[in-house]
Amino acid sequence: MLRPRIIPCLLVKNGGLVKTVQFRDPKYVGDPINAVKIFNEKETDELMVLDIDATAEGAEPNFKRIAHLAVECRMPLCYGGGIKKVDQAKQIIGLGVEKVAISSAAIENPRLISMIAREIGSQSVVVVLDVRRQPMGTAYEVWTHNASRNTGKPVVAVAREAESLGAGEIVVNSIDNDGQMQGYDLALARTVREATSLPLTVLGGAGSLADIGALIRACGVVGAAAGSLFVFKGGYRAVLINYPGQAQKDGLIRDALRS
Amino acid sequence: MITIVDYGLGNIRAFLNAYHRLNVDATTATSAAELRGASKVILPGVGAFDHAMQRLQDSGMREVLDELVLKQDVPVLGVCVGMQILARSSDEGQLPGLGWIEGRVRGFASLHTGGRLPLPHMGWNDVRPVAQHSLFDRLESDARFYFLHSFFFECAKSENALAVSSYGTDFSSAVHADNIFGVQFHPEKSHHFGTRLLKNFAEL
Repeated sequence: MLRPRIIPCLLVKNGGLVKTVQFRDPKYVGDPINAVKIFNEKETDELMVLDIDATAEGAEPNFKRIAHLAVECRMPLCYGGGIKKVDQAKQIIGLGVEKVAISSAAIENPRLISMIAREIGSQSVVVVLDVRRQPMGTAYEVWTHNASRNTGKPVVAVAREAESLGAGEIVVNSIDNDGQMQGYDLALARTVREATSLPLTVLGGAGSLADIGALIRACGVVGAAAGSLFVFKGGYRAVLINYPGQAQKDGLIRDALRS
Repeated sequence: MITIVDYGLGNIRAFLNAYHRLNVDATTATSAAELRGASKVILPGVGAFDHAMQRLQDSGMREVLDELVLKQDVPVLGVCVGMQILARSSDEGQLPGLGWIEGRVRGFASLHTGGRLPLPHMGWNDVRPVAQHSLFDRLESDARFYFLHSFFFECAKSENALAVSSYGTDFSSAVHADNIFGVQFHPEKSHHFGTRLLKNFAEL
């Protein structure tokens, strides 16, 4: 049986690992390489690393850092942040990264998705959609540049366009729920699940393994990504890298898919 | 010594790192001269079938690879698209494959499974050995491996299937004919399960 993937999502800023709340107030939580080594030991399903400076500052991807990450990382790695060109994506894949995540650049210029897919294969092209629920309504719109710019585009339309252009995976990230640790936005997750037949990964809001179970119950075999959940422990948000063991993970998935 | 064919496709570093941790000597070959004399070969691959065949042809290593595998019986392990090109042909492309194992490569999208099958097949899935072979020695019964693909190997002869996985259909996730092996999943990214399989291959 194909299992839902449980994926730590690590945010990098100024070379350090941070965690945000609603994309603001980045709190330093440690060293990225150290975190990767711990997730290796815990046999993590997959890892997502997003450089949150690069696009906002118009910088190139930090290839030296990516190479270091790729060498250390023993699980499938998805890297994002600052990728605007086909050559950058090719170079990152060449460093030993399984998937590249594109967001702002793909939303501004959707053709970039097909251009990158032609070079590295659809299976390695991940489109990340940062989404905010519009006030006074139920519409979800895609934002870019660390949630500072509203594209005004509905998430369903952007997800479908990405699929038709050759994306291999959609990551939908709830800006509202980011760092809140109160659970995923399940309505958003269901909306995107119904809109696309690509593998879907949902990010934003998980505060417990039960939240991951609820997402799997709502959407079936999906990627359940989380930041805070895997870097904080307890109500005071003490930094402690953690990840469920195999038996715990298997039990969680079995129960969620059965109900 | 394990020689990893570096024709620009696949996560070469991940194989080198895995063997380094196992204390098994491993190297890469980027030319016919470097490949000649290899005693055990890994053929990685990602992306499209035709692209892989073209890159392999352009690398200049095709003839040496044929010589090693078909005349000198050197063990070879194809991984992901490196496994798919062991077949004669693929529905994904026009170019002929290596044709070392009888079968063709089909797309999951061509299956009529009723429900919607998200593609690519991405993530951790079970791998059930269907024949006894030391490649799967000492692997737990709940061993799982990382997959990332939209096409799968369909063996023409059932005796070439070494393991089966399920995604919309049962498909051959490991194939075998004499000294030739192929796995659809990524052992280089499958934690201790993959490490075990890579060790088993090194010990064949």
